[in-house]
Amino acid sequence: MSREMTRRTFLKAAGVLTAAAAVPVGLVETVWGQKPGEKFTFAYISDPHITQIKGTEFVRNFERGLRKAVLEVNFMDPAPDFVVFGGDLAQLGKKEEFEHGLEIMKDLTVPVKWVIGEHDYYLDLGQYWQEKISPLYYSFDHKGVHFVVLTSILTDDDWTYRRWPTPEERMLQMARLDNPNGSPFMVKREQREWLMNDLAKISHETPLVVLSHSPLYKIFKPWNFWTDDAEEVQAILKPFKNVTVLHGHVHQVLYNQIGNIAFNAFMGTAWPWPYPVSYSQLPNAVPSITVLMNRADPFKERDGTGWGHLDVNGGMLHHYELWENTPRVVRVGGKMKTPEDTAYQNPAERILPQTHY
Amino acid sequence: MRKSLYLFIGFVLMTFSVALLMAHADPFTKEDLKKWDEAFTAVTKEGEKLFHSSTLGKNSVSCDMCHPNASDAHPETYPKFQKQIGKVVGLRDMINWCIQNPLEGNPLAADDPKMIALEAYITFERRGVKLEPGKH
Repeated sequence: MSREMTRRTFLKAAGVLTAAAAVPVGLVETVWGQKPGEKFTFAYISDPHITQIKGTEFVRNFERGLRKAVLEVNFMDPAPDFVVFGGDLAQLGKKEEFEHGLEIMKDLTVPVKWVIGEHDYYLDLGQYWQEKISPLYYSFDHKGVHFVVLTSILTDDDWTYRRWPTPEERMLQMARLDNPNGSPFMVKREQREWLMNDLAKISHETPLVVLSHSPLYKIFKPWNFWTDDAEEVQAILKPFKNVTVLHGHVHQVLYNQIGNIAFNAFMGTAWPWPYPVSYSQLPNAVPSITVLMNRADPFKERDGTGWGHLDVNGGMLHHYELWENTPRVVRVGGKMKTPEDTAYQNPAERILPQTHY
Repeated sequence: MRKSLYLFIGFVLMTFSVALLMAHADPFTKEDLKKWDEAFTAVTKEGEKLFHSSTLGKNSVSCDMCHPNASDAHPETYPKFQKQIGKVVGLRDMINWCIQNPLEGNPLAADDPKMIALEAYITFERRGVKLEPGKH
């Protein structure tokens, strides 16, 4: 009995050590900003797409992705101040999927700031989300940075309320990324007005971080790598000196700079989307400054997926923890005019697996 | 006896000649083209449906979840050496690999109409891209 216990204890300890060894915990603490505020770190987990098969059966692959991200965030040392959840906790917005996802997320040892994705919204139009998880849009301040959360996956009323016979059908239609019967994402007027009011009391010198599910710019409409009223939102953010938009939805490393706004997207924990450049039939606007992440190896289940953490210290360091692959670091702000990858930004440094076709 | 044999041979030859005269090697009309194109489009549409179906596999995952518009499937590079399998394989081998692994389902026979339909859709979404068999 005692020998069994010893063996079990050993196995447990060995498991923890292996997991710890796999987690890159060295946070870079370079001061590059002109006026560095109080430095802090937060983590980013997005797009786990927890999918119910039937009853208590869920897609193993996607569930493992979220569990791995939660485990690794909990191993960060120092711990992040909070975690941003970038949306799409569920695949088809089902109560069972939310509950299962929340059960995994509750193991996080730090608070979570929630952003809703279209897969969480289009079954009950955000009812479960608002009752059990989070408001749809809100703001908060953290160590000198003003954070704003938006619901960017709304669409026009006709599509939402009148087009589909049942909520289930509406959800299925929105869940298909390449759906010719889909509808473009929007922030819409009510939230834009709220945003204007929220920002009215904030100094233009205050660093601003906007959290949305879809990119607040236009990359590729057929897959909703797109927010239809992005320009209106960007105009509201324009007076601020230092703005970063962080988003999910695209399941990939993606960054851009438009005027005063830096945009950064993270991988999903479930699966990687291809870059729109790999669809040969239509033009796309994938930002040319993005160094694409490696083409995913389908035989490595977790390749092309992962999570991120951000060091805020005057500027920002975005750490992309790409499982089964070399982690990436993108530097934003400070003396830099545009986001840049710390290893691969120079085309001469790029590697063959970053080629997509 | 011999006479009737000659007659028979003559008759057979004549029948063939008439048949040959009636059926030229390659006569087709605009109507034919339309018909064939409709047949192809129907199979492509069926392929699109299967590609987006949660019941092609067994765990409700569908092909389009990783390959919207069948992108990132690069059919123009097959057959090629698939490094993870260690030999040269065709597109259909990779379709079956995906059905068996991410979709946790049963593989299709090479001549299964579902396989043909999936190949038709994947290839059609890549139309116009030059063939590069073997490219990794």
